[in-house]
Amino acid sequence: MTASDGHIYLLLAVAALLGLLLLWRLARRLRRGPPRRPGFFRRTGWPLGLFLVVMVGTWLIVMVVLPQLFMIDLSFRPRLPLAQMGGPRDIYTLQNYRYLLFGSTVSTESWNAVHLRALGLTIVSAMLITLFNLVLCYPLAYYMGQVAGPRGLRLLLLLLIAPYWLNDILRAFAFRILFAESGLLNAMLLGAGLLDRPIDFIGQNIALYACLTYAYMLLMLFPLYNALEAFEHSQAEAARDLGAPWWHIHLFVVVPAVKGGIASGCTLVFMLATGALAAPLVLSGTSVLWFTPIVYDRFYQVFNWPQGAAYAFALLAICIILVIALLRRLRLSLTDVVR
Amino acid sequence: MRFGRLACFAYLLAFFTYLFAPLAVMGLTAFNTASFPSAWPIEGWTLDWFAALARDGEMLYGLRNSLWIGLLVVLVSVPTGLAGALMMQHIAPSLRGVYYVLAVAPVLIPGVIIGIATVIFWREATLNAGLRFLYNGTLLTVMGQSSFIASYCMLIFIARLHRFDRTLEEAAADLGAGKTTIFFHITLPFLRPAILSAAVLAFLSSFENYNTTTFAILADKTLTTVLAGQVRQGTTPSVSALAVLIIGVTTAAFLLVEFWRGGDWRRRRAALA
Repeated sequence: MTASDGHIYLLLAVAALLGLLLLWRLARRLRRGPPRRPGFFRRTGWPLGLFLVVMVGTWLIVMVVLPQLFMIDLSFRPRLPLAQMGGPRDIYTLQNYRYLLFGSTVSTESWNAVHLRALGLTIVSAMLITLFNLVLCYPLAYYMGQVAGPRGLRLLLLLLIAPYWLNDILRAFAFRILFAESGLLNAMLLGAGLLDRPIDFIGQNIALYACLTYAYMLLMLFPLYNALEAFEHSQAEAARDLGAPWWHIHLFVVVPAVKGGIASGCTLVFMLATGALAAPLVLSGTSVLWFTPIVYDRFYQVFNWPQGAAYAFALLAICIILVIALLRRLRLSLTDVVR
Repeated sequence: MRFGRLACFAYLLAFFTYLFAPLAVMGLTAFNTASFPSAWPIEGWTLDWFAALARDGEMLYGLRNSLWIGLLVVLVSVPTGLAGALMMQHIAPSLRGVYYVLAVAPVLIPGVIIGIATVIFWREATLNAGLRFLYNGTLLTVMGQSSFIASYCMLIFIARLHRFDRTLEEAAADLGAGKTTIFFHITLPFLRPAILSAAVLAFLSSFENYNTTTFAILADKTLTTVLAGQVRQGTTPSVSALAVLIIGVTTAAFLLVEFWRGGDWRRRRAALA
């Protein structure tokens, strides 16, 4: 048995252990007293129950959990030619993470400024995009949830969804044409006499921010709308009767009531904006701003997959930690968010 | 109050201008004779870019691949999403929270990371098991895309199941129907509209996906990866022509479905009257 076989068996063992743990918990729960509900297969019948277990099991284990575990596993291994994988040189190491931090697999003398800067900027920019999206979508979501009638709502929904039939690449391309130095926006601003020299929107990354805000807008709008639709309007009226100005009502009555929707919109936009790839590839300005193109290059320019896995996992881990920290502050759980 | 109304109108106008600006740009560029893609000034009107598109073999190859992958993704993710939603109903309440987080997690994980993880897993798994032929771009893309598209489908089915009247199942059981009969005669027919919307959503999400596909497709190509290559190299307005075609086809399909459903609705109302 080679070491790489070992990796597989290790991972399978972890999966099996998790399964056993769940079974054990289940068994303990069953032993504690007669179950209040009939068992799973009793409720579904054997054929349907088997179908459910096989489908969901395959999906969650083979398509969701195992790939993530393999990615994490690879990120702790050195880069080796295929023939040597699983050989004696295939050991666990931190060198890929060392490279992300220090720009070298062995020394820790200087920081890997380019990659760390891109990582930091990606996180901060994604946060700003999330905030901007929240401010942009809140009024419309409020209108849709509290003011609009069913006919108007239907039209609005159609108008909102239609532009998203364009895929990421084409959208980014459209923004490039729109924001180019000789593009439509500059032509309009020059023609109106507001500018005397065209602005380099792409070089300043304004086009990138505009495109990313646009791309993830619906992910903010729909959770907000869902929360605002359930909001009891009489609460706002009570606040108005007590003399609160309109911005007081929104800030201290409506927003706390819909904070679940806000958190879920923000989580979605933030997670997916940090992972955006198409827009940064097409619209990046003079300097490398986004982290995902760097990850992409680890795979298809440098051909160093373990390093790419480490970069990807680092990005995912940072995002998850930030989201969980935010939810803790808001006293919400992850299940509230993905409702 | 008048000022408030004006501000509200200005906001809506700005919002929808922003939303539709890319579409307008694509529309203008696709018919503009200028060979460098630009929306303004209009140098003359032409349909040449559509003809150029039809001659672009790489693009057509990518399109065919994308359509195949979309179909396979529908076939994998709709049944999976259905099973996921029914599982949510039947799973022990103590496990429900954990299960739900796990099943929805693929929606939250960036597509890039799903693509990377899928490629790494299948490379190692097929290498060790001697199943090299399974390490194939189309298969990997279907696997990677389905992992999160199944979650979308599951959410659609869960929403529909919320409105399901459980007493129907009980009535059928009282009349002696087995669990499997109940599923095929009561639950599945109730879910039929959701199956249709899940299939449409799954196909569209697969067709327009880039982040997961670009990793999982390996050396092969789909429409979006061909597009990405062309756009990065600088391109002709035939890309805009493609955008116009995509919007045209989806809008037409949407109106058709809407019309068909509207007819259905009228018929039902007539039947009630």
